[in-house]
Amino acid sequence: MPEKKEIKGVIERISGSLVIAGGMEGASMQDVVHIGKEGLVGEILEVNGDKASIQVYEETSGLMPGEPVVSTGEPLSVELGPGIIEQFYDGIQRPLELIEKAAKSPYISRGISVPAIDRSKKWNFEPKVKAGDEVIAGDILGVVQETVVVEHRIMVPFGIKGKVTKIEKGEHTVEDVIAVIDDNGTKHEVKMLQRWPVRKPRPVKTRLAPNVPMTTGQRVVDAFFPVALGGTACVPGPFGSGKTVIQHQFAKWAQAQIVVYVGCGERGNEMTDVLLEFPELDDPQTGQPLMKRTTLIANTSNMPVAAREASVYTAITLAEYYRDMGYSVALMADSTSRWAAALREMSGRLEEMPGEEGYPAYLGTRLASFYERAGRCIVNGKDGREGSITVIGAVSPPGGDLSEPVTQNTLRVTKVFWGLDANLAYQRHFPAINWLSSYSLYTDRLDAYWDEKFDDQWSGLRVEAMGLLEQESQLNEIVRLVGIDALSRDERMVMETAKSLREDFLHQNAFHEIDTYASMDKQFKMLRTIVNFHHAGLDALHKGAPMNKLFNLPVREQIARMRYLEEKDIAQIDKLEDTIKEQIQAIIPVGGEHDAA
Amino acid sequence: MLPREYRTISNISGPLMMVEKTKDVRYDELVEISLSNGEKRRGRVLEIESDRALVQVFEGTSGIENEETKVRFLGKVLTLPVSKDMLGRVFNGRGEPIDGGAQLIAEQNLDINGMPMNPFSRDYPSEFIQTGISTIDGLNPMVRGQKLPIFSASGLPHNRMAAQIARQATVISGHEDFAVVFAAMGITFEEASFFMEDFRRTGALQRTVLYINLADDPAIERISTPRIALTAAEYLAFECNMHVVVILTDLTNYCEALREISAARKEVPGRRGYPGYLYTDLATMYERAGRLKGKSGSITQIPILTMPEDDKTHPIPDLTGYITEGQIILSRSLHRQGIYPPVDVMPSLSRLKDKGIGKDKTREDHADLMNQLFAAYARGKEAKELAVILGEGALSEEDKAFANFSTVFEDKYVRQGEYENRTIKGTLELGWDLLTMIPVKELKRIRDAYIEKYLNPLLAEKKAKAEKAAN
Repeated sequence: MPEKKEIKGVIERISGSLVIAGGMEGASMQDVVHIGKEGLVGEILEVNGDKASIQVYEETSGLMPGEPVVSTGEPLSVELGPGIIEQFYDGIQRPLELIEKAAKSPYISRGISVPAIDRSKKWNFEPKVKAGDEVIAGDILGVVQETVVVEHRIMVPFGIKGKVTKIEKGEHTVEDVIAVIDDNGTKHEVKMLQRWPVRKPRPVKTRLAPNVPMTTGQRVVDAFFPVALGGTACVPGPFGSGKTVIQHQFAKWAQAQIVVYVGCGERGNEMTDVLLEFPELDDPQTGQPLMKRTTLIANTSNMPVAAREASVYTAITLAEYYRDMGYSVALMADSTSRWAAALREMSGRLEEMPGEEGYPAYLGTRLASFYERAGRCIVNGKDGREGSITVIGAVSPPGGDLSEPVTQNTLRVTKVFWGLDANLAYQRHFPAINWLSSYSLYTDRLDAYWDEKFDDQWSGLRVEAMGLLEQESQLNEIVRLVGIDALSRDERMVMETAKSLREDFLHQNAFHEIDTYASMDKQFKMLRTIVNFHHAGLDALHKGAPMNKLFNLPVREQIARMRYLEEKDIAQIDKLEDTIKEQIQAIIPVGGEHDAA
Repeated sequence: MLPREYRTISNISGPLMMVEKTKDVRYDELVEISLSNGEKRRGRVLEIESDRALVQVFEGTSGIENEETKVRFLGKVLTLPVSKDMLGRVFNGRGEPIDGGAQLIAEQNLDINGMPMNPFSRDYPSEFIQTGISTIDGLNPMVRGQKLPIFSASGLPHNRMAAQIARQATVISGHEDFAVVFAAMGITFEEASFFMEDFRRTGALQRTVLYINLADDPAIERISTPRIALTAAEYLAFECNMHVVVILTDLTNYCEALREISAARKEVPGRRGYPGYLYTDLATMYERAGRLKGKSGSITQIPILTMPEDDKTHPIPDLTGYITEGQIILSRSLHRQGIYPPVDVMPSLSRLKDKGIGKDKTREDHADLMNQLFAAYARGKEAKELAVILGEGALSEEDKAFANFSTVFEDKYVRQGEYENRTIKGTLELGWDLLTMIPVKELKRIRDAYIEKYLNPLLAEKKAKAEKAAN
């Protein structure tokens, strides 16, 4: 590559986070620039003659026309290498802990430049190839143990292939050369530290169909509206409907090897909560603290708005990097609406023609290309590793109105919709996912998976339970008009079972130490018990059992408390089946006579 | 460098004016404007384009003309002189004393815009604040460092409630340095004097700082008032280690002023004409609540806003709800029934409650009891609605119990006196007492152990009483 000439201009106009600089001939779109004496970080959004419009990732107050603007000649990139997990970054991958140290203050001041990845820490590099091996891009050169649970795989960077001529086992910093690859005479030195521009998706070999589930331990999700590994899901809901708690629950219990959590334009305290809580909680799969598999990115609502726009790209690029190692990655974005609002703000300042509700016309494409970076795939490299990124995006529609542009554009590209319902939230029914309006387009594929791998009753149970809830909503209309007495005995049974499904199965307390997570086994047993009670109850009613007695059987209290059983005790749920039979048998009248019991 | 003076105002519109041929003007810089009659006003730079600066005038542009008026750029951003002597003082919306007292001798001069708190440096709010109001303490517990707004509407007693909170708020762990910072934006003289009177009478004034921008003060000044108040609060909390409660009222007036500036700048409007950056703008204020690691002080915010037409989906309450950690919503229907404080229990929420309650904080049973009360009240209200359509006879026995519960709940639990200060223990016991009205089988949100410990003795007592009465 020819050496780039340094491009240096001056500030001409300042308006909020937008700076227009003149004298920028030759600057390319999306290049990172440093602005003013303090060297604030910004990115070029628009080039017009020698003028460049720049969005600045830091607070611009105090800038003055005439101050210098210098282009780095490189697009906004993230640093990749061991040390990302357990980190807490801002929107442009600066570790917040180091910012605190550099600023010597609990506030984020400007112009702070800190490395994203620790340069001095030594990692024990364990080679997986030897000198003389032929490698292609994506092949694993070696591994380092990043945390107790994450083995960080150092890959051959894209664009490099050839014969390994040197490989360095042992303790190295990320900047040491750990391998030399000879590509027909051109020698490439490979370090653990690599870079990648955030707005460019990392390539994969082949994409696979999303037909493996990603369990989350949340009953309404796993049983009714499941998400697949490599799938996309969105959680829209008005404020107070529990979006963030749901996102936290996913980050805690989702069956993913790596979790990337991006708090985009949300509350500072929420990120602090995650930061303090995750090191304390154990991952049910590994038994290690959740933080050992998590990386956090926070651009809270009061941090500069332009960096908010960058934060989701930073997050997905980190996710792609771990996917390329062959991991299943879950990315939670809370909330994509704030990201869209940042787009709108910049678009307004650029004086672009607004689309719907002031959002730029390219909102839909941006959202689509973001979600499209999710997926399950065979990644690059000779060994055919499989990796996946599952994206779960929260959406905060103004006034809870789902017809607004961000929600609509998101629904167009995501496959699972968990619709949060303010009324359920008022009744403290959490998670407040409405079972009638939500959907998952993965159910068919995942039903097949569960029926085959788990229990062949699964899909049948699910469909029946959904049917009962649907029936309940219709019956409720009648009840509202003419009262519950107008219902037949069978219909009363449906109402009772649906209530039990709602209260004893769908409702789940995220703050209860046991109820917060339910394994698939537990979920299956719980659902089966409730549906079996329904069948046995209907049968008993047909045989003349009194309705009141049936609905007040002591076993129903045990059903209601199934959720509080620890995972090791869930065999007790199986025993309930016999109790149900016994107690119901006891209230069926024999030969027309009422049994005294 | 000496500040330069310009007489090159070219364009005046609304609260904005354009100054030409400027040199070395900084973005966001403070501006002093001297009118021909000697009056001095202040403003700030909103936008710079080469040698033109757009200036927003805090006190409004009336009387400014483009021949005599002089503009000086002061080379610094708007700062507030702060010191501990602010306590007990009354200032106007620009931070100048209006109580006839002396000028403040500044310990520090602080940028009123503050800086974003590093989320890494935050400490999670977890200390329960007892407000003495059952609907807050029992159902929507507030913690130190939280931002919990009151969504009200015109004609509802939000001021009385805010004053009650300011008066009664304590932490259970004991007495510590405690201060109130009160910022009024565009409220009437009557409302402002209610607060001042109440603070004076109850002796709270010595630990209060008041910033008052009245309805007839310049609207643009309101943009800085809350920021000035929060700057004072940050100083008291993190430099003087005090626990500060900031009451901001009324945010709706603030947002109107912001809209006015946005319109004058001819920006692309977002919903209902409010600027697209309203969310970010509000966030830069609300997010200044919190606690910091290694500092013992805290800032708790209680912003008050009136919902236009009681509409919760209006952009101001809507965006506020997305930023703050919950909301207390007041209900017109409860107010009409004469219930004070008319807290609408169902949609009210405190997001930080879970970390502030429970064993060693309030009591072990608090969370379960709270969930159960919510669920029972919701069911009771539903049953009551049903009864309106079908008559009470159509209700099942259980539904009747729930309907009855919800009525008593509103009367005993929600309703309390303006000067009634309930302890958290009293609030919890009241909750259990009300739950005796409901069949135990229906109490699904409570752990068995707590039912055993807290409910069964009450039930036994009740039974004994009933038997006694029967004999």
